[in-house]
Amino acid sequence: MVLEKMALVGDALSHVALPGLAIGFLFNFNPFIGAFAFLFASAAIIWQVQRMTKISFEALVGAMFTLALAVGIILIPDLEALSEALFGDVTTVVVWDAVAAVVIAVTAILLTRIIYKKLVLAMISEDLAISKGIDVAKTNLLYLFLVCTVVAIGIKIVGTLLVGFLVVVPAIAAKNLSSDMFRYALFSSIFGAVSAFSGILLASYLPNIPPGPLVVFSGIAIFAVTIIVNWKKKLSV
Amino acid sequence: MSTLANEEEILRVSGLNVKLQNQPILDDVSFTVKKGTTLAVLGPNGAGKSVLFRVLLNLVPHEGKVEWVEKVKIGYVPQNVAVSDIPISVREFLSIGKNECDPEAALSLVKLNDAKILDKRLGILSGGELRRVLIAWALIDDPNVLLLDEPTNGVDVGSEEPIFLMLDGVKKSKKMTILLITHDIHIVQEYSDFLLALNKCVTFFGKSAEIANLATQQTIYGEPVCVETLKAEE
Repeated sequence: MVLEKMALVGDALSHVALPGLAIGFLFNFNPFIGAFAFLFASAAIIWQVQRMTKISFEALVGAMFTLALAVGIILIPDLEALSEALFGDVTTVVVWDAVAAVVIAVTAILLTRIIYKKLVLAMISEDLAISKGIDVAKTNLLYLFLVCTVVAIGIKIVGTLLVGFLVVVPAIAAKNLSSDMFRYALFSSIFGAVSAFSGILLASYLPNIPPGPLVVFSGIAIFAVTIIVNWKKKLSV
Repeated sequence: MSTLANEEEILRVSGLNVKLQNQPILDDVSFTVKKGTTLAVLGPNGAGKSVLFRVLLNLVPHEGKVEWVEKVKIGYVPQNVAVSDIPISVREFLSIGKNECDPEAALSLVKLNDAKILDKRLGILSGGELRRVLIAWALIDDPNVLLLDEPTNGVDVGSEEPIFLMLDGVKKSKKMTILLITHDIHIVQEYSDFLLALNKCVTFFGKSAEIANLATQQTIYGEPVCVETLKAEE
């Protein structure tokens, strides 16, 4: 998302999950199945409208997320459910959630690995990618689905308001230290994992503070360190 | 793609019309390209040069015929690429879309012999280095045709000639056909065999040597562009 200059899209997409969560709460099924379904449906609609109208992804996601936020707030049955949806609650994560998250994450990583070179070539030059027989439209759709998947997994822990952080900040931090795609992917993963782990660990010592904001603070600290390291590297050249 | 009747030809374009958002971009464009030659495409901004290349790559809907020789393999170098913000090394870029690639051999084709450049980020390369890397990427698949859209875009003046010299060498050693978009009359004269001048339609198609002819320049530019004319006015 960062390389596509769609960092805020990642954040906005998380809000699109809200109506799906709300429908799950209302009809007593796992709200995160609702979130997945709503995210995927929204991604497909955004992708199709973008192809038809050439309006930018950012604008379309902006429109969709504000609509979704409004619908979600109306539908969500009570304040406790709304709070859980907005801020997440890692204490409600059960083994099944963790296993599902791992399986989905591994699948997402494998699929990303398959399409990543096509995505990068399309970022460098869409004409070049199409001339090489790459179906840029389908690749973009699959990529949007993968982003939605990552967002849906993160909502359980940090909520819709802060999951955009997990999509964006570890990647920006990694970009400060990377001169190639391999390092970029590696550092992004490490920074994301360390942010989540250290934030949840901190939350175990600070029970009055929800883990979501602590995950964000950890990640921002890592980001700040990478800015300093990068700045010092530039000064020494 | 069909078999061309003339065995010397690699490309034949007949009656090409292109409209984008209902605006005419190319009108009744026809020309041919012979195997092993370089065709320079010249014209003012907005003349349809880049659109022509996109038509040849089948990226843009069009009317008319575009006939390539059978088994044509096209290497393409676009005018603009967005690399400044992407942390991708030269080595990684050269391997995109190519399962077996010897990156050092690819770079030596374009006379970039410093192996250290392989681990450099594309975004920090000089203009000339970046253009050579893009050409190397286009050459990896062993194409028989190269389409180069302003191959020295972003390159400082002193570094342009070596790139064209390199391309000339590659063309001769690999018996390639090159189509290149340029604004530089000197490049047209020195490095191309044929010239196609466009201004939404064909304003000139013939041998490049004719660009030195005042009447040809008048046809293409509306007025002669030559040193003698400027000196006479002084």
